[in-house]
Amino acid sequence: MSLQALNAPFAVSQPIKATLSVAVVSMMLALVGCNKAETPEQTTQGETPATETETTAAPADSEQVVTIYSSRNEQLIKPLLDKYTEATGVKVELVTDKAGPLMERLKAEGDNTPADMLLTVDAGNLWQAAEQGLLQPVASETLNANVPAKYRDPEGQWTGLSLRARTIMYDPSKVDASELSTYADLADPKWKGKLCLRTSNAVYNQSLIASMIENLGEEKTEQVVRGWVDNLATDVFSNDTSMLEAIAAGQCQVGLSNSYYYGRILDEKPDFPVKIFWANQDTTGTHVNISGAGVVTGSDNPDGALKLMEWLSSDEAQGLYASSDKEYPVKEGIDESEMLRSWGEFKRDDISVQKFGSLQTQAIQLMDKAGYK
Amino acid sequence: MITIPKASNPQDDMADTDLIVRKDRTSLKRVLSKSVLGLISLFMLIPIMIVLLSWTQPMADIWPHMGEYVLPQVLKNTAILLAMVTVISGSVGTSLAWVTSMYRFPGQRFFSWALMLPLAIPAYVFAFVTVGMVDFSGPLQTSLRELGVTTAIPSVRNVWGAGFILSLAFYPYVYLLARQAFLSQGHRAIEAGQMLGLSRSRVFFRLALPQALPWIIGGLLLASMETLADFGAVSVFNVDTFTTAIYKAWFGFFSLTTAAQLAALLIGVVFIVVIFEQYWQARRGSITAQSSNKRLTSNAAAKWGMTLLCSLVFLLAFLVPFLQLLYWTAMNYRQDFDARYIDFVTNSLLIASMTTVLIAFLAIIIAWIKRQYADKSTKLMTTLANLGYVVPGTVLAVGVFIPIAWLDNQLIAFGITTKQVLSGSVIVMLLALSTRFMTVSFQPIDRQLQRLTVNQEAAAELLSSSPLQRWRQVVLPVLSPGVLTALLMGFVEVMKEMPITLMTRRQGWDTLAVRVFEMTSEGMWARAALPSLLIVLVGLIPVWILLRQSEKHS
Repeated sequence: MSLQALNAPFAVSQPIKATLSVAVVSMMLALVGCNKAETPEQTTQGETPATETETTAAPADSEQVVTIYSSRNEQLIKPLLDKYTEATGVKVELVTDKAGPLMERLKAEGDNTPADMLLTVDAGNLWQAAEQGLLQPVASETLNANVPAKYRDPEGQWTGLSLRARTIMYDPSKVDASELSTYADLADPKWKGKLCLRTSNAVYNQSLIASMIENLGEEKTEQVVRGWVDNLATDVFSNDTSMLEAIAAGQCQVGLSNSYYYGRILDEKPDFPVKIFWANQDTTGTHVNISGAGVVTGSDNPDGALKLMEWLSSDEAQGLYASSDKEYPVKEGIDESEMLRSWGEFKRDDISVQKFGSLQTQAIQLMDKAGYK
Repeated sequence: MITIPKASNPQDDMADTDLIVRKDRTSLKRVLSKSVLGLISLFMLIPIMIVLLSWTQPMADIWPHMGEYVLPQVLKNTAILLAMVTVISGSVGTSLAWVTSMYRFPGQRFFSWALMLPLAIPAYVFAFVTVGMVDFSGPLQTSLRELGVTTAIPSVRNVWGAGFILSLAFYPYVYLLARQAFLSQGHRAIEAGQMLGLSRSRVFFRLALPQALPWIIGGLLLASMETLADFGAVSVFNVDTFTTAIYKAWFGFFSLTTAAQLAALLIGVVFIVVIFEQYWQARRGSITAQSSNKRLTSNAAAKWGMTLLCSLVFLLAFLVPFLQLLYWTAMNYRQDFDARYIDFVTNSLLIASMTTVLIAFLAIIIAWIKRQYADKSTKLMTTLANLGYVVPGTVLAVGVFIPIAWLDNQLIAFGITTKQVLSGSVIVMLLALSTRFMTVSFQPIDRQLQRLTVNQEAAAELLSSSPLQRWRQVVLPVLSPGVLTALLMGFVEVMKEMPITLMTRRQGWDTLAVRVFEMTSEGMWARAALPSLLIVLVGLIPVWILLRQSEKHS
């Protein structure tokens, strides 16, 4: 066998060889280039840099950058942060990921973290971040004035910034509002084959169950959850939006969802055939959770972070939470958007939200035991 | 073309003294090679070690709960998923590879490349597109109801639906590798079989299939590791697997220790599988690269049967999800499409290309050293270097991030730097992604290297003057199809990857996958279509390159 024959069947053609080598070389160059390109940028991250790329004479304040680690959806929170930059000239850097990985990142980075603020949903997450020493206590007159105490950490490590009500949604063509009452009532056999739920892996359900453990006790709550599972019309859903669509399509008649998911669908489809019902009005009130923030322990710019948090609790920002995100303002007396007003006033469950954090483990274990997937 | 060098190398006059010198050199080479391999493995192993070290920490008190209520379901689901993916991906991938490489039938040229396309669709995208389409409230069932069909279609949001979609998403791994095998050796097998008077099916099962098995198993290994590490797709179907249990321990119970301990268990399982696979592979020996252009003939009915089979798979695994993405994008792009997308695309391209080239380069080194020294320690190190693929992305990201952040903090503590230079740099992304996807490059390169016979090497050693020349003239030509496959698969994998990119990217370094995360994290599937579609389209570029290459060979 000649060497040519060995070579022939798998020979890579000359142009491809050339392309490949060009590709390799350019990648290596790109790699070097990237690192070089980073250096000037990185120097601007830390202390005050002498020269910025933007040489426009901005006020001294704008030299400051607030870096946020956020598990909040970018398109929902970015418009608010852009408003802040517009108003104050302070630049806001946003790093998004899930809450868990962000906390690990904060832990690993320790005192040298570039983050100033942790922004996340669910009181349980904020409570955990505080437990793990990732947040520092702050004392702010403004936050104290704007945010009711039950939505804040007693030590000031985190603050709620918006409220999210988790309540009953129903198909008005099949269900009369008078048939509805409490979360626990959905365990009644009359709802057999008519209930849709989102997965128990969702932190919103975990917090709801935590609040029920607090209100009803563990034993009763477990009975309720078992009843829910028995009443399910179909496998649980991976998100609230799909569950709402299922009610609209007639797969089931009742379900549990955060109110803003419903609001966002209504924004796009005003005729969406699902109605909202405020649960537990005659008893403990509708379950509300928070989205919120805290100043990171290792922050280089805690004042900047606090100022931003104070601004987020201001009338302007709170109004935006209501109008663009369909969440409820945490501050009282804010003019809610027309859509939120149309859903009516409702009594809110008064449990301090930090309970959700401490009861989360118990809640998940309970759902696992009850067979709620 | 090879120019035969003059045999004037003084070392070729084998004097006794030269022999001793040679022996010394070989042992030096051996030590050197092994250290290089050891270094690479160590590099790849650090994040995994961080995960494994979790077992030195005490068991958290949630373990009894996990053991009683979570793990039984998890193990059952994981077993079902693995079985489904192995059987469906294996049979679909192998049979498609066989017919497209051995027969001429209507559409054969088209299908031979089009069947690779599903590789460009991330499994999590495939999952949400499927659920969005076929669920009760989706367009399929809605229109059926409008037509008066009220028979309930069973829900897909369970382990069976997930298994089916994962199989469709991962069959291209088998297809790609099996095709590579059949294209080059199948014809010889058939010619031999026909001479012996064997029937078609016997030729396939007795000759072609056994010869192609190392490739097919390589593909199945990738598919099953991908299945074990998948989080996105199974969570759309709401199926509890090892990965979701890890996430539950971590995000739900806030016990990263338990999460890491679960991940370590998972790694242990895979380690055993990989060791077994390597042992099995080793017994097969090497296979010669041979090829011919002849195609088999078949009757018209069989031909159309092949067309039908290919069309069906192509339709389900690519065309339908692709069209759905296209439709959603058309409905929603005005809201989201802006200049930032140029950055998202370039960032995705850049990180994918850099990682791909790096891992292909490392994979060649590892595969070559493994070939030279087939002893136990080499094999072990090779296995270790390839384990990252099975670790769920987020866990691996933490494993990379912790040592890097520690190093950064040390640098700052010793006053070498004033702030973090490593965390959030492209280097960390590269490191983490390489650890995860090393095996994607390694599988095809290693399999291809098995085709380089001892004779070929010996001939080359005799005829070439320098090792470099030998590499250029003999090894690389044999290796290049494998390298191309490695580059293609690596590139597409990095394009699709989400959790590692999320965790290790620096501020503002968003990719298309990050955009998909932003949208899907709030259940906005229709709006996730635009970045998903772009991932698919950009991923098609290397598929197209590979296709052009493989056409030249067939």
